[in-house]
Amino acid sequence: MDVLPTVWFIAVAALWIGYLILEGFDLGVGMHMLVSARGSAAEREGQRRVMLNTIGPVWDGNEVWLLVAGAGIFAAFPLWYASLFSALYIPLTLVLVGLIFRAVAIEYRGKHPGARWGRFWDWAIGLGSFVVAFGIGAGLALTTTGLPIDANGDRVGGPFAWLTWQAVLGGLAVVGFALVHSAAFLALKTTGPVRERMGAFVTKAAPVALLPIVAWVLLIQFTTGNVASWLLVVGAVVAIVLGYVAALRRREGRAFLGIAVFVALGAAAIFTAVYPVVLPSSLDPAFSLTVSREMAATGAAVYAGNSDYTLGVMTVVTAVALPVVLVYQVWSYWVFRKRLGAENLPAVHDIVPAVRG
Amino acid sequence: MDPLEIARWQFGITTVYHFLMVPLTLGLGAVVVYLQTRWNRTGDERYLRMTKFWGKLYLINFIMGVATGIVQEFQFGMAWSEYSRFVGDVFGAPLAMEGLLAFFVESTFLGLWIFGWGRLPKAIHTATLWLAVIGSWISAFFIIAANSWMQHPVGVELVDGRPQLVDIWAVVTNNTAIAAYTHVLVTAVAVAGGFLLGIAWYQLWRRRRDGIDTVDASGRVVVGEAPEIPGRDKLDHSVWLKSLRIGAIIAILGFAGTAVTGDLQAKLMFQQQPMKMAAAEAACETGSSFSILAFGDLTASDCSSVVTVLQVPGVLGYLANGDVNQTVQGVDDLVPQYEEKYGTTLPEGAIYGDRSGQTIDYVPLMYVTYWGFRIMIGFGALAAFAAAVALWLTRKGTVPANVWIMRLAIFGILAPFGAAAAGWIFTEMGRQPFVVAPNPTPGGIDGVYMFTAAAVSPGVTAGELLFSAITLTLVYLALLVVEVYLLVRFVRGGVVSAMPELAAKDDDRSDDDRDVLAFAY
Ligand code: HDD
Ligand code: HEM
Ligand code: HEM
Repeated sequence: MDVLPTVWFIAVAALWIGYLILEGFDLGVGMHMLVSARGSAAEREGQRRVMLNTIGPVWDGNEVWLLVAGAGIFAAFPLWYASLFSALYIPLTLVLVGLIFRAVAIEYRGKHPGARWGRFWDWAIGLGSFVVAFGIGAGLALTTTGLPIDANGDRVGGPFAWLTWQAVLGGLAVVGFALVHSAAFLALKTTGPVRERMGAFVTKAAPVALLPIVAWVLLIQFTTGNVASWLLVVGAVVAIVLGYVAALRRREGRAFLGIAVFVALGAAAIFTAVYPVVLPSSLDPAFSLTVSREMAATGAAVYAGNSDYTLGVMTVVTAVALPVVLVYQVWSYWVFRKRLGAENLPAVHDIVPAVRG
Repeated sequence: MDPLEIARWQFGITTVYHFLMVPLTLGLGAVVVYLQTRWNRTGDERYLRMTKFWGKLYLINFIMGVATGIVQEFQFGMAWSEYSRFVGDVFGAPLAMEGLLAFFVESTFLGLWIFGWGRLPKAIHTATLWLAVIGSWISAFFIIAANSWMQHPVGVELVDGRPQLVDIWAVVTNNTAIAAYTHVLVTAVAVAGGFLLGIAWYQLWRRRRDGIDTVDASGRVVVGEAPEIPGRDKLDHSVWLKSLRIGAIIAILGFAGTAVTGDLQAKLMFQQQPMKMAAAEAACETGSSFSILAFGDLTASDCSSVVTVLQVPGVLGYLANGDVNQTVQGVDDLVPQYEEKYGTTLPEGAIYGDRSGQTIDYVPLMYVTYWGFRIMIGFGALAAFAAAVALWLTRKGTVPANVWIMRLAIFGILAPFGAAAAGWIFTEMGRQPFVVAPNPTPGGIDGVYMFTAAAVSPGVTAGELLFSAITLTLVYLALLVVEVYLLVRFVRGGVVSAMPELAAKDDDRSDDDRDVLAFAY
């Protein structure tokens, strides 16, 4: 029976969607810090700090969605985890370095007043966010379009076998989406010049920046789409149109919501279309990884998942824990719901040794 | 180069590094929880200052734990894909539970705590820190449960050559996990104790050196103040003295705890991984003496050249079984038993690659296990002793002005980290050549074990592994420098570095009207 594996396929999809929505804007804010501040040096510094502090209290909680999405794959479909992560060894190493620098930079940037210090960490945040967004996008695209894996699930074709146009498309898709999504987020969470500029960015950039993600969704639909997945695509289109109109009218909350629903439905369409195959093998479809034991029983693919006992345990734990997580994460957004402007930020103070002469 | 070697080095380096941050996060977090709760209860400003200062150092360290932890989570799939496939039915579950039940709590509530100063009501603000720290402690439990399963697999059945989980409760109540978890927690408390002690010592010493505090004829402290240095008032003295005492006391308690829980672990190890026990002692022959000093070629696995110089009769037997007469099997007796059960050569098979048919060496690197075990216990004992001496030296309210003792106090900060790292290196390398050690205890499941040689990703090349090993090591080194630099700056800055309002005494009170955050990045 495929019930529990299917439940877990949906759970993993939901975790990735949660991740895209939440860290989508964190990563975008990181990139905007590097490229979207304008004015004098002091003004730019003020704008960067405003941007950073919109995600300050929440970014780490958002990042845990990535960890849980990864660990969820491990817990439910270890063969998928093993094949995908080892095949993407180099890009994931770069993603890790990006995540490391980004995390440390967010915390350390304000701990010292120097301009060079600030610039260094801006690059760490901006580039780090870019690499993470690109790498995660590439990885997700590849797991939907396929990798050259052999019967044992191991990559064939050397360290760069993953470097295909599909990978680049997925990378650009998440980068472009993150830039738009975060602009909508910043417009919603700030006052002053950042709010203005980011509000305008959404409407100017969206038609171009969202193209790769649309292309990825359509690519999957035209290869393995089904009625349900096409319905989700229709929903995504409606959401982005409504969101875009709201952005034109500077209805910031609705614009943000529209973009979030767009990515949620778009990603859901992709997952629905590929089900039950989670990692197609470009060498031989029989080597593909599937979450369906029925499919695997016919020899059409390899079952990637765990026993029903393990999946059952994880289902219980997740069903109890995830709603609670959602409640307190929503609460944390509520606590920090106020818009931020440069005038709300305390000055960075220098740390001087407390010593005599 | 053999990809296996590189993968092991890479895993070892990144994990040991992660564990430099971990015990401080666990221990210092609990200390800050205590301090803030005290402040809440008493309103005593001393506790507020301590909360802010130690809280700042806690955060500087915490983030490095987060950054390096993410690497850990991905590594199993990247470098150890065969391992992930083999243990996937069991091992992924605790990792995912750690995320769901602990990391979410930890990160969300820590964000609330950091930015919640002045925004959340005091009691709720304190509660957010409680939750964040409880989250860390829970996370430590799940990861240790996962690790302990590799030391002592339980709760599974062998189906088609793969362990399949049949009893999750057995995995989370694994006696190995309970022993290791408590051992790691008391270690964390001890690490935090040494940290508080060393830094508070430096501050008190600084105050004396700067002529702020003096001592009278009987050696009692005369507390002074330095109006020109923000934060160096009379209260400052008691902030540090109090921190020092808390640090010394929890260090002593923590180290005592490591002895008790370590003893428990040794007893389990004696049953579960007899070879590790023997290797920890470099014990070639069966016996019951605990060696204190041994010479010779500990790398040789026939151990004919090991010369034990000093040994205490009975102690090893006591560690193993609570009985001074208990004999512990030596390496020479154990090797044939292992060979009989698990073979003399690695099986043929794709997952072994070129390593198929290699002879298996069942003896872990003895100089590592032998010295790892002794460094762990030795550094711990030294630091505990130093903490006791420190309490006595400061009984009259301040520290001696002597600069050498001050330098020793800095060493006292580092020793517990060294002990903890040595403990892990011993545990993990003592498990070799297995990555999942077989469970020999009654009720153990035959056939659930895995050689490290079979665990590494077959598709990943040596070049890739080398790339990540070098990149991560360099990044880690650079960030260690940055972290230490920041910690040192904040330490030298004293309380005011975490409470700028002390310096800006009464100039702009208008901040409140402007709705300025109490804290921002
Ligand atoms: C005894 C404790 C302990 C041990 C053995 C480990 N960790 Fe750890 N880990 C923690 C205790 C901890 C912690 C104290 O809970 C940390 C440190 C800083 C933090 O945020 O949480 C943490 C952070 C941390 C994070 C980041 C969490 C976040 O973003 O908030 C991850 C993904 C991991 N760890 C994963 C691992 C893995 C896969 C390990 C095994 C190889 C591992 N840790 C060993
Ligand atoms: C944080 C504390 C830990 C430290 C310091 C640590 C240390 C080490 C070291 C030094 C090695 C290399 C052994 C060798 O080269 O022979 C190693 C290997 C390994 N450890 Fe740990 N370990 C820790 C926790 C864990 C945990 C919690 C797990 C599992 C959840 C784990 C899983 C592994 C694996 C898979 C290997 C690779 C195989 C091997 O070389 O033994 N470790 N660890
Ligand atoms: C008398 C004192 C101690 C004894 C008898 C002792 C015993 C042990 C034993 C037997 C192990 C290995 C468990 C296994 O592999 O199954 C271990 C591991 C370890 N020890 Fe100790 N220990 C002592 C003191 C300390 C101190 C002072 C520290 C650090 C401050 C420490 C930190 C660790 C750590 C981090 C590990 C690895 C994690 C684990 O397996 O729990 N130990 N200890």
